[in-house]
Amino acid sequence: MGTSFGRGGATTFQQDLQNADCIVIEGSNMAECHPVGFQWVMEAKERGAKIIHVDPRFSRTSALADLHVPIRAGTDIAFLGGIVNYILENGREFRDYVVRYTNATTIINEEFQDTEDLDGLFAGYDEENAKYDISKWSYEGAEVHPAAGNRDMAAQGEAHGRGSGPERGRPKEIDPTLEHPRCVFQLLKKHYRRYTPELVEQVCGIPQPLFLEVAEALCANSGRERTSAFCYAVGWTQHTVGVQYIRTAAIIQLLLGNIGRPGGGILALRGHASIQGSTDVPTLYNILPGYIPMRHAHSGFGLSEFVDNVGDKYGYWGHLDAYLISMLKAWWGDNATAANDYCFDYLPRLTADHSAYVSTIRAVDGDLEGYFLIGENPAVGNANGKLHRKALANLKWLVVRDFQEIESASFWYDAPEIETGELRTTDIGTEVFLLPAAAHTEKDGTFTNTQRMLQWHHKAVDPPGDARSDLWFTYHLGRRIREKLATSSDPKDRPILELTWDYPVQGPTEEPSAEAVLEEINGWTIADGKAVSGYEALKADGSTACGVWIYSGCYSGGENLPARRKPHWEQDTWVAPEWAWTWPMNRHIIYNRASADPDGKPWSERKKYVWWDDEKGEWTGYDVPDFKKSMRPDYDPPEDAEAEWGLRGDEPFIMQSDGKGWLYVPSGLTDGPFPTHYEPQESPFENPLYRQQANPVRQVFHRKNNPYNPTHGEPGADVFPYVMTSYRLTEHHTAGGMSRTLPYLSELQPEMFCEISPELAAERGLEHSRWATIVTSRTAIEARVLVTDRMKPLRVEGRILHQVGLPYHWGSKGLSRGDSANDLFPLALDPNVHIQEVKAATCDIRPGRRPRGPALLALVADYRRRAGVDVDQPQERAHEGAGGS
Amino acid sequence: MPGGLRKLIASWPAARQLQGRDPLGLGAAAKSAHTDALRARTDAADRVVGSVCPYCAVGCAQLIYVKDDKVTQIEGDPASPVSRGRLCPKGSASEQLVNSATREYKVKYRRPHGTRWEELSLDQAMDMIADRVIATRDATWEERDEDKDVTLKRTLGFAHLGGATLDNEENYLLKKLYTALGAIQIENQARI
Repeated sequence: MGTSFGRGGATTFQQDLQNADCIVIEGSNMAECHPVGFQWVMEAKERGAKIIHVDPRFSRTSALADLHVPIRAGTDIAFLGGIVNYILENGREFRDYVVRYTNATTIINEEFQDTEDLDGLFAGYDEENAKYDISKWSYEGAEVHPAAGNRDMAAQGEAHGRGSGPERGRPKEIDPTLEHPRCVFQLLKKHYRRYTPELVEQVCGIPQPLFLEVAEALCANSGRERTSAFCYAVGWTQHTVGVQYIRTAAIIQLLLGNIGRPGGGILALRGHASIQGSTDVPTLYNILPGYIPMRHAHSGFGLSEFVDNVGDKYGYWGHLDAYLISMLKAWWGDNATAANDYCFDYLPRLTADHSAYVSTIRAVDGDLEGYFLIGENPAVGNANGKLHRKALANLKWLVVRDFQEIESASFWYDAPEIETGELRTTDIGTEVFLLPAAAHTEKDGTFTNTQRMLQWHHKAVDPPGDARSDLWFTYHLGRRIREKLATSSDPKDRPILELTWDYPVQGPTEEPSAEAVLEEINGWTIADGKAVSGYEALKADGSTACGVWIYSGCYSGGENLPARRKPHWEQDTWVAPEWAWTWPMNRHIIYNRASADPDGKPWSERKKYVWWDDEKGEWTGYDVPDFKKSMRPDYDPPEDAEAEWGLRGDEPFIMQSDGKGWLYVPSGLTDGPFPTHYEPQESPFENPLYRQQANPVRQVFHRKNNPYNPTHGEPGADVFPYVMTSYRLTEHHTAGGMSRTLPYLSELQPEMFCEISPELAAERGLEHSRWATIVTSRTAIEARVLVTDRMKPLRVEGRILHQVGLPYHWGSKGLSRGDSANDLFPLALDPNVHIQEVKAATCDIRPGRRPRGPALLALVADYRRRAGVDVDQPQERAHEGAGGS
Repeated sequence: MPGGLRKLIASWPAARQLQGRDPLGLGAAAKSAHTDALRARTDAADRVVGSVCPYCAVGCAQLIYVKDDKVTQIEGDPASPVSRGRLCPKGSASEQLVNSATREYKVKYRRPHGTRWEELSLDQAMDMIADRVIATRDATWEERDEDKDVTLKRTLGFAHLGGATLDNEENYLLKKLYTALGAIQIENQARI
């Protein structure tokens, strides 16, 4: 999303789905995983919208949809690419929107070569390092940046939630006729021309009439009068090409003119209460608050060089200096001055991929001493659980904060590896602190929901016993560390000692005020301490402080806007702007300038949303305009214009340096400017499109504890003939710490199971409600068998494929216990955002329970032997860390 | 007939069914005195507090019912434009999340190579954790990479995982504290 449109967040909001004329839900089982949000899909259906569910498994979402399209797990780019091809071959694009609002017209440099030219690779591939030199993908005549800048940003935009890098200005060459052979539109056509209905059928197992029904429904329900929406969840992200899944949907939505308009958009359905918030206010290694990149280690690289390299010339990233300096002022207060670059030097430097799985590997190797697990349970929730438990068992110290004693706290006496003899309690040197956490009812604060909406939850009661909020823990840990270091003269302690850390505390437990922290997040004018009204008020001269620039405005006028709870029946529109507060600046549909035509008039009366009011000289409508309010639609920037004033009045994507929605991403992605179908790391099928089987820059870890099943074309692949895919249940939550411990939920979904088709049951002698053992080269787990027509065998590349569905919530603790599905999956990651591939891998399945103790290891060893997987001599670490640095 | 007896007869379900507005005996006529006396936990609450469901990211609004400083019930808030009062099975069960019988209320400590949990006061645990952070940071501090002639000012000695179930204010303080300490391996569920 970031690289296509400019911000890493849902472009729309759940309630607006009711305005859609067609909704495609793919990579999500919305009715079961986001059931309350699904009511808006049903509202749309009531109004006549066509609802389509594309998923390997028939679920309650499929049951309520007009159409269910079963698909082979891991092939969505082939399917969506087929839709792109259908649109282009039949001239169904929304031409005016495409020409004016996307980069379809931009000419790409001569050196660029497509996967069509290089059999599955783009120009610039460096085989030795498994990386792309992305300068080969740039716009014709683009400003080329120094290497330092390239390293910092160019290949990492999606990781930073935006598309940027060396393309910092307006493209030099465009062709509004879309005829130039190197214009994006023509390159796009060429890239997808072989993604035909026949190919979709061959790769995805989707019969052509079914595919054509989806493609036609989307085209027929897009344009001036109609709009279509996409909803996705982790069924799209958890792949070695996950980011590119979403990119393909972005291309479709831009071609059809569905971004920034009511009933359109792409709704990312996130699975945790504040997962959007935890990327906006990041607990992520590579970014600072508001998607400002962390700094990399370069010699002689100060604040101004950083801003020059990372900021943009045009668009709102042209104010990076104001955002960053305001953050530094919030963090280091009076100590941050113009003379010392506002303490920019206090920021630690990155040199590589420092993401979670790399830290896990470092722990396994004995290179990590301490670990904080705050509301996360990697022993169950992460791919290849054994690797994570071995990591936990090899630390010096571990702090776990949770409501319950989760598996990541109890691994030292009850991990599956204790039973098999791989780990012994007395050998494990990890010192473990388990600290009870406060529940949402016991503390104040905001969650940011799936539609970028910050909602305040009020404290109802005091936390019991030693339970404390994470705000309390963090504040008091920081306070203690500062007290212990107070007399230090070591220069490395200055950043922590000079940090602003003086939040007011309340009550006998000395709970810090969450509202004071929210005020800092919003920011203030230093002279008078008054809350700023939003990020446009931030200054680069040190006169403002602001913790998270994209959240600036949430405390405007000194009012806690996320705490607003004005009932929807007292509000005028479905946008309901006075319920809580949505970033940025309470804009609910972003890029909503695109809901009007280039002249500022609504594309149609039916799809009216934001428009130009010529009398008042401003943008107006049902939502807050996501645009410079006073900029006329015919504004044409003068030569010397900067930042937002460098974009034209008809360029809606205000975070992008060229104001356009990006069909082609010249920089910001590690694995290609266009999404391309690659097979998953483990696949029983050959990639029929290219000689390149899997994503060439995917992140893999060839090591003893992380063996991969042989993929198609490698000897032994037939030992693991089935595709497995993991998913969630309505009654459970992620790794189970907040659901397997509840009596109601444990009673509703008491046991680990697998879903298989009657045909697979017959083929393998599996009986409904009896046990099955699922095996990969990592381990084997057991599950109750659910034989159901919901799993459909698919005809793929001329033969029948069976898929195994696995809920992943179980572990060794709680009221309902069972084996963890994630233990079966390998660690193989998307190279842009380092997300694990747990939606498609290969396995075998057999009747009966799994063996206990060392016999389990023997079973898995036998499988490995048959498949030729040598764990003692793993292949060289070819792609390790690729994409991260 | 004495008044008491008449009252008793009139209270029989059959009599109520014949005399009242419920001839089929499917509603009021079938209600027992016990059922009639039942009151919803929500009726007895001392206060009702606005909140948000802590599970997925739909962001359903909740109403927390409190009596005697205990959460007695959690319901959906009809005023929310997103959820309109609805909750899914998890959100509906969240009273059990906060009042769980197996919830941890005390710090648990396992010493290196230990075979059992031990007790520790919160104060002592916080003090020990602060010491661990300082010691690890000191032992693993990287000021510069001389080979590459670059400044690093960081520690790779400890890491953090978690955040997507936390409040924004909590994540903000975590990132601020860790960054000031030079810790960079800060991650959350977004990678899952």
